[in-house]
This record gives sequence, structure tokens and C-alpha cells, in this order.
Amino acid sequence: MDTLVAQLQRQFRDYTISLYHQGFLDDQFTELKKLQDECSPDFVAEVVSLFFEDCEKLIGNMARALDQTGNVDFSLVGSSVHQLKGSSSSVGAKRVKGLCVTFKECCDSQNFEGCVRCLQQVDIEYKSLKAKLQDLFNLEQQIVQAGGRIPQVDI
Amino acid sequence: MNSGSCSSLMEVGYDHHHHGHEELHVLAVDDNLIDRKLVEKLLKISSCKVTTAENAIRALEYLGLGDHNQHMALTNNNLKVNLIITDYCMPGMTGFELLKKVKESSNLKEVPVVIMSSEYIPTRISKCLASGAQMFMQKPLKLSDVEKLKCHLMNSRS
Repeated sequence: MDTLVAQLQRQFRDYTISLYHQGFLDDQFTELKKLQDECSPDFVAEVVSLFFEDCEKLIGNMARALDQTGNVDFSLVGSSVHQLKGSSSSVGAKRVKGLCVTFKECCDSQNFEGCVRCLQQVDIEYKSLKAKLQDLFNLEQQIVQAGGRIPQVDI
Repeated sequence: MNSGSCSSLMEVGYDHHHHGHEELHVLAVDDNLIDRKLVEKLLKISSCKVTTAENAIRALEYLGLGDHNQHMALTNNNLKVNLIITDYCMPGMTGFELLKKVKESSNLKEVPVVIMSSEYIPTRISKCLASGAQMFMQKPLKLSDVEKLKCHLMNSRS
């Protein structure tokens, strides 16, 4: 007989593994989890939340810079991409980071259409990750509320 | 923010009789908020006291090397910095320029400076080491990196 906690834990484990296997997260996310402890039980959620705020802000900057038709400052776009690449790398947001690499190349070669495409993709990708991590955090909460412990998942 | 004890007794290392009783006070400099938060947590988990700065100018001010407070001789042992860890790429003054300023300072030149970067550029690394950086660390930082850093620092002191 499968208890609610066991079911939730299994769902959590499977979902976590799928996020890594599908390339949404890499082992830097695992490193973040190692930093969570009794002193800072919400560390991962906090950092991830800051990251998504950062995404929104940087994407806004990039969009504004790309909107200056005929007068796009590619180095300005590039410096926002550099920031985003750094943050995404630090939190383990693998797909976002990968897109930033391509995006940076487009900035460096002043490829306007390429930049616009990359911007759209980065926007979609960070929002997608945000929704998935929210689902993951919700599962954690449900496990705890059902009286269970969040399992350690080895990837 | 000012300070950094400028007393002539300031020794950046701590003598090993007090080893374990005294916390390392680290000044972490990075313009990226997420990276600041991460490095702060990594250092705190490794039992360091941490002060963060979002750019090199603020870091210099904290260290008492800013333009405006060269005349302020504040002796405050709580602010004594044992290690500076800085990102390389920062707008305005880079981590490399910060390194040079620290090494040029008679008060602070013994403070180990570690440079971090998300890019692996061997000429950049050797340039930093040649200018007196203690170590170079590749971002993103992991817990094991900070553990290695601490070992490296303790060994170079004893």
C-alpha cells in the first residue's frame, strides 16, 4: 500500500530527475542544494527567485536596446547577456545558459535578427524553468505538509 | 563604509595558536547579485565572516583605500579583512585593477586576493597570478572550491 507521502516522494524524485535529464538543470543546481541547511532552509528558493527577477530585468534591458531601430548598441545587449550567462551558470539553469552562449555570439557579430530570436528564446526558456521549479517547490511543500521528508535525489 | 585597521600590528594571517578560534573575515566583491549571494553562503557555511561589495570602488572604500578616506585611521579589529575574493569582470574597475591597488598598498599588500571568473582564459589567469593573486577560481563556485581555498590559505600561512 502506497502512502500519500511515498507517492509524493516518488513524484518529486521522478520530476527532479526529468529536469536534469531534459537539460533544464545541471549539477550547479545540485551544488545550490548542498548549501541549504537548517540556518537557511529556503536558500534555493530564494536564490532561484532572485535569478528570475534578474532574468526579467536583464531581458527588459536587452529588449529596450534592441528596440533602438537602426541604432542598436550591441555591446550594451552583450553586457546584459554576459550578466545573464553568469547568473544562469551559477544557479544551474542549463538551457538558459546555453541560449546565452548563442546570444553572446549574435551580439559579438552584431547579428540583429539573431539577437531578436535569442531574446525570444531566452524569455520563453526562463519562464518555462520558473514554472517547473515552482512545481518542484510545490511538491516539496506537499511532502512536508503530509508529514514526510524531502528525499535526497542522486542524479 | 570605512575602515580596515591600519595599525602596524595588523597581521593578515592569524598565528596558529589562535587557529580555529578566529574566524576568517572575507571581503567578497562581485557585481552580480546572485553570485554575491552564492559566494556569501559558501563562505559562511565554511565558517567565515563575510562582507560583500558590489564593485571594486566600494571594496576599496571598505578597505580604507578609497579616495575619500585615506586620512581616516580607524582601528577596528572587527573590520580586519583576512582575504579578498573578487570577480575579474566588473564594470568600472576590474578585479585585476582591484588586485593591483591592494598589492600596492603598504597596509594591505599581505592580504591574499583570490580572483574568480566565469571565463577560462589562461593569459588572464597568469596575469593575475603574476600580479600577486593567491589563486584563481573558476565560476560557478562550488562548496568543494571553498574548502580547497581554505586549505590552500591555511597551508600558505603555516
